[in-house]
Amino acid sequence: MHSLVIVPARDDLPFPPTVEEFFPPALVDGTYPWLTKFTLLVWIAVGLLIVFFLVAYRNPKMVPSRGQWMAESIYGFSRENIAKEMIGHEGVKFAPYFTTLFCFILLTNLFSIIPGIQISPSAHIAIPVMLAVISYVMFNYVGIRRHGFGKYMKLSLVPPAPWFIQPILIPIEFFSTFIVRPVTLSVRLFANMFAGHMILLVFSLGGFALLGANSWFIKPISLLSWALAIALTFLEALVIVLQAYVFVVLTSSYVSGALAEEH
Amino acid sequence: MLATAARLLAEEAPHTPNPIVPIWQEIVVGAIAFGILCYVLIKFVFPRMEQMFKARVEAIEGGIKRAEERQAEANALFEQYKLQLAEARTEAARIRTEAAADADGIRQDFLARAREESDRIIAAGKDQLAAERQTIVRELRADIGTLAVDLAGKIVGESLADEARQRGTVERFMAELDAAPAGGRA
Repeated sequence: MHSLVIVPARDDLPFPPTVEEFFPPALVDGTYPWLTKFTLLVWIAVGLLIVFFLVAYRNPKMVPSRGQWMAESIYGFSRENIAKEMIGHEGVKFAPYFTTLFCFILLTNLFSIIPGIQISPSAHIAIPVMLAVISYVMFNYVGIRRHGFGKYMKLSLVPPAPWFIQPILIPIEFFSTFIVRPVTLSVRLFANMFAGHMILLVFSLGGFALLGANSWFIKPISLLSWALAIALTFLEALVIVLQAYVFVVLTSSYVSGALAEEH
Repeated sequence: MLATAARLLAEEAPHTPNPIVPIWQEIVVGAIAFGILCYVLIKFVFPRMEQMFKARVEAIEGGIKRAEERQAEANALFEQYKLQLAEARTEAARIRTEAAADADGIRQDFLARAREESDRIIAAGKDQLAAERQTIVRELRADIGTLAVDLAGKIVGESLADEARQRGTVERFMAELDAAPAGGRA
């Protein structure tokens, strides 16, 4: 394997990047993994969001100021375009959670392209898992509370089909609703953030690796590598917003399904 | 090479966690942090936004309602003014008619009075004329006897005055004269 590796220009820029890049040491010795860059970023995201919303809404006016307008737009988007769109009129009461979820994922994702931070807490699967568990508990809870446990299970697991197909369908439904949903929800977000970071690392570190090559024909290619890193950062920005949106839309879709009267 | 890889794995394994195995400490920290975020935003921020949205809707709907009320009020006032204007017009027409009638009456009155006056004046003139005529006639009648006797004496050449006085010729003639025009006039 070592024979394939291009010798890096500097010793502290290992190429190709490995999984190790995602597990930096603790910020203070002996606190791993309680106090790492990842947990710190989670706290920063939470702090920034709380400060932003409290400041923007400390003195709301009928005719909103700029900050108030921004805060209201974010909430209005989740309320009208996600909660109401997916769940209907009932969805309004879920809008506060969806907005919080959307803001949290968006901001933590955004960290992955902010210079100096350049990693999202969601690149560790723990954070998406935590969020997916909340969504999982949430849609099952509202479903059971609406229909009662028995009827909810029946609605979720027994599709309208002839009885002799049910032995096949029920396990499939169970698998897709109660196992696949939370797993895909968390893995989708985690994998996007993980892969995005990895790709950016490959192209930016790859630039240095190419620059450090012995051949003068290879050195200029580093510019192409960096250009691609910049272009992919823009792609990453798109992925960031899209993943935050998808996570919230899927959660609301699950809630909507749990509340629905038919399968 | 396999040996190298195995060595590397052996070296790295304790340090590098598997990326698809969640670090439970991060789940705990993430859950606490996200829980605080949810608590603050859902309790203190979004309910106020809902209130503000509601207040805005009410402000807009209230504004529309107020405008509608004003419009209705204005319409009522307008109707009232139109009614009053119509009433005033009728009143004016009535007054004009009355005035015209009054004026006509007054004119008729004046005309009647003027006619009366003129009749009176004419009558007075006629009476006066008649009275004067009577006077003239009476005077003429007194003179005419004397004149006739004088004229006849001159024609005959002697005084007939005594004769006439003796016989009462003149008185008789006068009486006849009196009778004649009275009959002729009748």
